[in-house]
Amino acid sequence: MTPTLNDYLILSAVLFAIGTAGVFVRRNLITILLSVEIMLNAVNLSFVAFGRSLGTADGQIIVFFVMTVAAAEAAVGLAIVIGLFRHRESLNPDTFTSLKW
Amino acid sequence: MTLFYLFAAVAVIASLLVIAQRNPIYSVLLLIASFGALSGLYVMLDAPFVAVTQIIVYAGAIMVLFLFVVMLLHAPAEETEHDEKIHPLRRAGPMRFGAALAAALVVELLWALTRAGGETGPFPGAAVSSVRAIGRALFTEYAFQFEVTSILILVAMVGAVVLAKREAAKS
Repeated sequence: MTPTLNDYLILSAVLFAIGTAGVFVRRNLITILLSVEIMLNAVNLSFVAFGRSLGTADGQIIVFFVMTVAAAEAAVGLAIVIGLFRHRESLNPDTFTSLKW
Repeated sequence: MTLFYLFAAVAVIASLLVIAQRNPIYSVLLLIASFGALSGLYVMLDAPFVAVTQIIVYAGAIMVLFLFVVMLLHAPAEETEHDEKIHPLRRAGPMRFGAALAAALVVELLWALTRAGGETGPFPGAAVSSVRAIGRALFTEYAFQFEVTSILILVAMVGAVVLAKREAAKS
């Protein structure tokens, strides 16, 4: 018995929900960015599973692009985190309440 | 099937621990374990290119970037004393509400997936797993998107340098 498309989609849904919960619950900017990475990976898994189910390479190519966007997002996001930390000495998003200081 | 359950269990448990840790360094390391399990799932899906890219790009590059920033910032574990200072209305309730919303999301997704029926058997047909086929599609059919990707990376690189450097130049 081999795993079916539904099994992969269920796993993807669970991982995506874990990532969502992380974004809502955690109060640390770095952990929130990590939760976003979990969500991106959950979507990647369903892309690859759908591509395998349809018998095309498109799913894997989209995953390639998603990984590129994730790399760019991580680089810029972490640079912003470094900038914020220099200003407030904190990683708690509740301390960042003003757009200008 | 047992292999699928093994990888799925490792991925889910590691991801849960990522958002349960107070120390960001443990979070990053556990996320790498989760990515390893996902990479095994990609191998089971006949996608070796994605599996290798997952290890090299995600676990090798992006997570090292995270780890580097965590250590650079000397990031404190999540501050609990700060939570005492903020307004009670904004403290725990919204976070519990968010967790409840995430639980509702997973219930909805599972409900939709079980109702959809769809394909329940093993995957039909042959898989496209050769790196040759992926590379050919990437440089013919998706050539424009591929070039746009390079510009995106360039912009992100310049942006990261500018954002991280500005304060040092000022002081």
